[in-house]
Amino acid sequence: MDVQSDIRTGDTRAIARAITWIENADARGAALVHDIYRQTGRAYIVGITGSPGSGKSTLIARMAALLAAGGAKVGILAVDPSSPFSGGALLGDRIRMFDISLTHDVYMRSMGTRGSLGGLNRSTRMATRILDAAGFDWILIETVGAGQSEVDVHDVAYTTVVVLAPGMGDDIQAMKAGIMEIGDAFVINKADREGADRTLNQVESILHLSAAEGWNPPVLKVSAEQNAGVDELVAVIARHRVHLEEDGELDRIKVRMARLDVVEILKERLTDTMNTELERAATQAELEKVATRETDPYTVADMIVDKIWRGR
Amino acid sequence: MEEKIRVLVAKPGLDGHDRGAKVLARALMEAGMEVIYSGIRRTPEQIAEVAVQEDVDVVMLSCLSGAHNTLFPRVVDLLRQKGGGDILVLGGGIIPEDDMPFLKEHGIQEVFYPGAPIKATIQYVRDNVHKEKHS
Repeated sequence: MDVQSDIRTGDTRAIARAITWIENADARGAALVHDIYRQTGRAYIVGITGSPGSGKSTLIARMAALLAAGGAKVGILAVDPSSPFSGGALLGDRIRMFDISLTHDVYMRSMGTRGSLGGLNRSTRMATRILDAAGFDWILIETVGAGQSEVDVHDVAYTTVVVLAPGMGDDIQAMKAGIMEIGDAFVINKADREGADRTLNQVESILHLSAAEGWNPPVLKVSAEQNAGVDELVAVIARHRVHLEEDGELDRIKVRMARLDVVEILKERLTDTMNTELERAATQAELEKVATRETDPYTVADMIVDKIWRGR
Repeated sequence: MEEKIRVLVAKPGLDGHDRGAKVLARALMEAGMEVIYSGIRRTPEQIAEVAVQEDVDVVMLSCLSGAHNTLFPRVVDLLRQKGGGDILVLGGGIIPEDDMPFLKEHGIQEVFYPGAPIKATIQYVRDNVHKEKHS
């Protein structure tokens, strides 16, 4: 299998294998990104985040179906938390999207967070580049975002949609500081249920406080299950895209993301270098001295940094 | 970085009894694997396509309706057609021992009967995942 050329033709097996390489930090993944990166930057990336149970997966399945029906190629990356204890993960987003791969031109991949905080897997960023090179027009990224820290999706997506459900009123107050700030659009999903209007009002009142010039995030009532309001959401995303393109903001975002692409890899490389250094016998001896209080952690850390820098 | 074993636990056909499949999915997760559960009443076509998209190492099919002789080999055939012939396919559920040779002939590498210890199942997966898949 020639993964590189197969990816360009959109071959499912090749795409899936490439993402596995990226996830496993396999050197073939890096070589592949090296070869295909020039072909990326065309896909439009949308992040969908919200609390567990707010109906993100069902909503994404509807969105993907709608976009695919319009002739677009849609890729979905769904990130679920890995267990910090076993490292395993139950990736449940498929259950609500099982049909979609057969009825439409949609690729979907489930990912565990594998120890990353912030709601994303550290490979999600490069996985979007793979899908981008494979010719997907839209990439939808689903992450769990329930609090202040799970806002990383904002660094990967051009448009971020925050999904809420009725009855989460008090939670919204608590969410104010984190996730409420990253939404370019807000969805009150399960809007056929009681309390939808109350939640809508609460969200609007919070957003009202920070209203400013330019884009003010719309709040939409949607019922993904009944397929109501999904077309309006897609229209809002398209409008946001036009907004970003028109005032040059999209280009600025792309520059920021290119930088983050590098930073992500840099972090990985530096961590590897650090771990190698920590394993060396000489370093182990220094670590033991920290334990016996013969020296302090700052001294040893600075020593390791010096050694890494001089060694290069 | 270590390679995670990725597993699709799938329920082909019309039977809706998935307690066993869910317990298995949970146990595999606790054993450190990434587990995708299909939900009930899936077609072999859906299962094979999802297995390839998710690049799983193992597909574990659960069937309690008696249709395993039709459904399980069909999944294997479709996986081969989609380039996923290297994916390990295992079966479980209410399956008479007499059907075992037929299933093995048709690409189901092992079948776990009711009462099979879950630890043994996990160990079997660990020992038999096609390691050459990633090389």
